[in-house]
Amino acid sequence: MAIFVNADTKVIVQGLTGGQGKYHGLRNRAYGTQVVAGVTPGKGGTEVVADDGDRIPVFDTVAAAVAATGATASFVAVPPKAASAAILEAAAAGVGFIVCITEGIPAQDEAKVFNTLLRESPHTRLLGPNCPGIISPGKCNIGITAGEIAQLPTPAGPNVGIVSRSGTLTYQALYELKQRGIGVSTCVGIGGDPVPGTNFIDCLREFQADPETHAIILIGEIGGSAEEEAAEFISAHVTKPMSAYIAGVTAPEGKKMGHAGAITSGGKGTAKGKMEALRAAGVHVGQNPTEAGDLMAEILARLT
Amino acid sequence: MDLFEYQGKQYFARFDIPVSAGDVALTVDEAVAAADAAGYPVVVKAQVQVGGRGKAGGIKLADDANGVRTHAGNILGMDIKGHVVKRVWVEHASDIKKEYYASFSLDRAAKKHLLMLSVEGGVEIETVAATNPGAIVMLHIDPVDGLSPAVARDAAVRARIDAEAIDGVAEMLVKLYDCFTRGDCDLAEINPLILRPDGGVHALDAKVSLDDNAAFRHPEWDEFRATEELDAREQLARSHGLQYIGLDGTVGIIANGAGLAMSTLDVVNQVGGTAANFLDIGGGANADMMAAALEVINFDQNVKSIFINIFGGITRGEDVANGIVEAMSRVELRAPIVIRLDGTNAEQGRAILAAAGIPETRLTSKPTMLEAARAAVEMASRKEVN
Repeated sequence: MAIFVNADTKVIVQGLTGGQGKYHGLRNRAYGTQVVAGVTPGKGGTEVVADDGDRIPVFDTVAAAVAATGATASFVAVPPKAASAAILEAAAAGVGFIVCITEGIPAQDEAKVFNTLLRESPHTRLLGPNCPGIISPGKCNIGITAGEIAQLPTPAGPNVGIVSRSGTLTYQALYELKQRGIGVSTCVGIGGDPVPGTNFIDCLREFQADPETHAIILIGEIGGSAEEEAAEFISAHVTKPMSAYIAGVTAPEGKKMGHAGAITSGGKGTAKGKMEALRAAGVHVGQNPTEAGDLMAEILARLT
Repeated sequence: MDLFEYQGKQYFARFDIPVSAGDVALTVDEAVAAADAAGYPVVVKAQVQVGGRGKAGGIKLADDANGVRTHAGNILGMDIKGHVVKRVWVEHASDIKKEYYASFSLDRAAKKHLLMLSVEGGVEIETVAATNPGAIVMLHIDPVDGLSPAVARDAAVRARIDAEAIDGVAEMLVKLYDCFTRGDCDLAEINPLILRPDGGVHALDAKVSLDDNAAFRHPEWDEFRATEELDAREQLARSHGLQYIGLDGTVGIIANGAGLAMSTLDVVNQVGGTAANFLDIGGGANADMMAAALEVINFDQNVKSIFINIFGGITRGEDVANGIVEAMSRVELRAPIVIRLDGTNAEQGRAILAAAGIPETRLTSKPTMLEAARAAVEMASRKEVN
């Protein structure tokens, strides 16, 4: 089991003929992900050739790609100006799971896309924007995560689910577990933007229900209140043991720390407040990613 | 990007939001000219991006040119909480009957737009929220629907805005919402929004924060960029397209990814050091970016050691290594480097660094983030003793 995706997930890449889309789309395919088609308006009927010589058909529209291939997920790798329309097009074509890695989408557009999906495509899940994507090791990898740093799940368990707001810290978390030989069920990067399509709680709910996930790592960062809301949810609904790390303890107030959403203001959104909220919910909070990994290893040792 | 008050007012004017007649001035003479044009009495207001200007003596009323000369002379160059006043805004003084508060922002938890409206204007809204929360009307707006005049009017009524001001305030809210959405603001705030004795309503102050991600569709923002208060380090970093924030410490930081960069600051702090900066060279960083990043760090005289923390996802280890080697041949780095390189092609990267023959006193490689942080902090403090 894995959350949101599995070995049967059929993926189209919106922007497969562009630089980022081609590079990562083909890497995802080489990992074993079923990348069945590309979509680029105006390039329908062409093909993208993979390293192994296989040809991936390109369509003008998502609807045509879905009709021809039965795709159930889309990987959106297009520039910020075009990303909102690409997401809405995929949702309108009935795609149930959309991963958008695009960084730099205006917040007003994100808010509009989120609320449009909520109304018109309530069964579509958007992951991102500005996220590294999702990997279920050995089964499916959509996005920019280097597959080789993800430890395969252990058949007998225990396995860990990862959910993270930051791209490179997602890799760091995967790497910490790999070095300890700890299996990963699914790793979800929800992205660092102010209006993420999928939040911590969406992932925690799935991990809690997933029989293959035995423990969960949460990687947060300063800004907003997503970690505090997650802590409330954990208190009420998550029984699986958790460790966490929050980046930005030393971030200066009122400065955007790289991510559009990573900013503290008026004493709100601080790392300290988030760590306290998570601790109060019974989560083992590390002072750095390595410590979060150590804490997870201790948790698993107690489980077995 | 946060705008100065005068820029916020200029931006408001683009969306037909009424503001007081006035102009910005860099010198005392310009201030007098602006006052003459606006009509006396005038208010001379320090342009700084920090609260508490009035208490610090940065806002003064003047009845004539002599008054403007005195006040502008005092205020220009004044230090308000570490912000030196370079400009004043001079506007016609308004008769005030009532002061309200209005703002639009994004409620990240609700994922909707948020209107905040209050009859208690002229003080910080956080203070009102703490002392009299009932005096603030909060209304969520679905970004797909937008704000209709009817809903704006209803909000004004619920906020107990004076009867004579309801229509004016409602109209103002619709315009401010237009500025917030079409103008791509993170925050559009008017405090105070005033009711004049003649029944008119207008913006006496403007607090606007723009969403940098939307800059591609706002060429008019370029003039705001020109006045952004960046220190010399930040300007150099921006010219190279690097995400950089200057801090006060001694360990220069280069990392890929915002999260990892923040985490690097944290780890340096944990092992007893202080970071000189936040610098994210981004995903897909290449040799040129790394060389530029090192140039920016090297420019900071406080830097005693440099900690490069790279976890390759898109970023490749060999590119990072080539960038370092290139930078070290291009610029003479004052501080030694400690690097932690992991992820995609890290092995190749380490091999390139080893083959470059750089002495270990200039470049050390450590296997983990924590060990690298300890080494960098140790080097930074050792240098200070010498």
